[in-house]
Amino acid sequence: MTTTAEAPAVRVERRLLAGPADGRLDSYLAATGRLPEVDGPRLIEILREAGLTGHGGAGFPAWRKLSAVHAAGRPAVVIANGAEGEPASRKDKVLLKSHPHLVLDGLQLVARALAAKAAHIYVSAPSVAGIRSALAERHRAGLDRVAVTVHTAPDAFVSGEESAVVAAVSGRSAVPGDKRVRIIESGVDGAPTLVQNVETLAHIAQIVRYGPRWFRSAGTSDEPGTFLATVGGVVAVPGVIEAGYGVPLGDLIDAAGGATEPVQAILVGGYHGGWVPPDPDLAVSRAAMTPYGASPGAGIVLALPASVCGLTETAKIVTYLAGQAAGQCGPCINGLPRLADTLSDLALRRGRPGLPAEVERLAALVTGRGACRHPDGTARLIRSGLQAFAAEVTAHLAGNCLAAQGTTRGGIR
Amino acid sequence: MSEHRLHIDWTACDGRGLCAELLPEVLAEDDWGYPVARDGTAEPAIPDRLEGPARRAVDRCPALALRLVRR
Repeated sequence: MTTTAEAPAVRVERRLLAGPADGRLDSYLAATGRLPEVDGPRLIEILREAGLTGHGGAGFPAWRKLSAVHAAGRPAVVIANGAEGEPASRKDKVLLKSHPHLVLDGLQLVARALAAKAAHIYVSAPSVAGIRSALAERHRAGLDRVAVTVHTAPDAFVSGEESAVVAAVSGRSAVPGDKRVRIIESGVDGAPTLVQNVETLAHIAQIVRYGPRWFRSAGTSDEPGTFLATVGGVVAVPGVIEAGYGVPLGDLIDAAGGATEPVQAILVGGYHGGWVPPDPDLAVSRAAMTPYGASPGAGIVLALPASVCGLTETAKIVTYLAGQAAGQCGPCINGLPRLADTLSDLALRRGRPGLPAEVERLAALVTGRGACRHPDGTARLIRSGLQAFAAEVTAHLAGNCLAAQGTTRGGIR
Repeated sequence: MSEHRLHIDWTACDGRGLCAELLPEVLAEDDWGYPVARDGTAEPAIPDRLEGPARRAVDRCPALALRLVRR
């Protein structure tokens, strides 16, 4: 690894995924070496210099969260979050299988820096056995000063939401809780609690080893570092690709073997993300995605073929999201099914003139009115769908469907 | 300068509608009877003159879903 002062590179490149991918501790230690020591203030400073943001979807600066928990001045609890409830995402499962020790090193670094009284790792069922054996190997090697407890995340969309993670680790049902008191102040057993996505922790392990300058030599100056993208839809080889933030969409699609059909639109950021045009030069960055109501989020890139109706696809996702509501908050319990039905009417060409306006009204009505951001994310996806498939909306209101007629415009192919 | 805001615990609220009756200047009811802030925010600001009615709404909420917080 070299440090460089040149302009950061924006390309597909392996950093997290560069080392041995067998998940074994011996090969990991041979390639990487043992963990350096770093205290709380120093870790906060390094992460601030690096500009690392969370890779679980919200993109919050990692140093701020760490700093808030550190400032609480009480024994903290840290949780590595690999729930990955998003059906279109695979990156956490892939990272946990191929590079568990990078994640566990990151967790250990953060736990030590905060003098944590407990550390937890919360992962979906397919990852549990691998993490248990990785932890056993580390135990035999005497690596983990802070003991780590493994928890299984239920297979549900909202199970990875921060307050749901705290609830699950506390032995309660994995559903979001009210946010009047922040988790960084009072989470597990009332302790200041830091929840970080597993990929974020892996980045922390690398930043501490190789330095903030090295980290910033990938990505853009505003959005530094690499991210793990789960590239799917109509591509030849769907899978997890690592690239610097700002990578052109076309490069990610190419790295996944290229599109197998003309692509009409691309869902970026997942089911709480947004649809963007199939422009191969469009940068996958927060800055470039914002005009489309999207963001890189947790790195999902899903290519929709020209032959599939974008409204139908959006309505299907919204119907799924309505079914994934935790069933606690009135506006979400009532609003999401109504939104799904109204959007489905539009998709199925059971149109009436006021339909798009009614979808907009309902999307605005549910936004900001829940314990978590599930209604907000669902509303965001719907809005971006109405924008991206505006021509299809017009066609559907006239009883037609552009995708069915074969007259949608394809981009990347 | 911090101000009073009305926090709604959505996991507790079951849409009885008392708060919207006691605080019509701040809250309306949505399609299903749940409170919706007229200013469109998640935690609507409570001006000083409405602090009394806001406290009554907090105290009388049958689901104990409301809190007056300083932000």
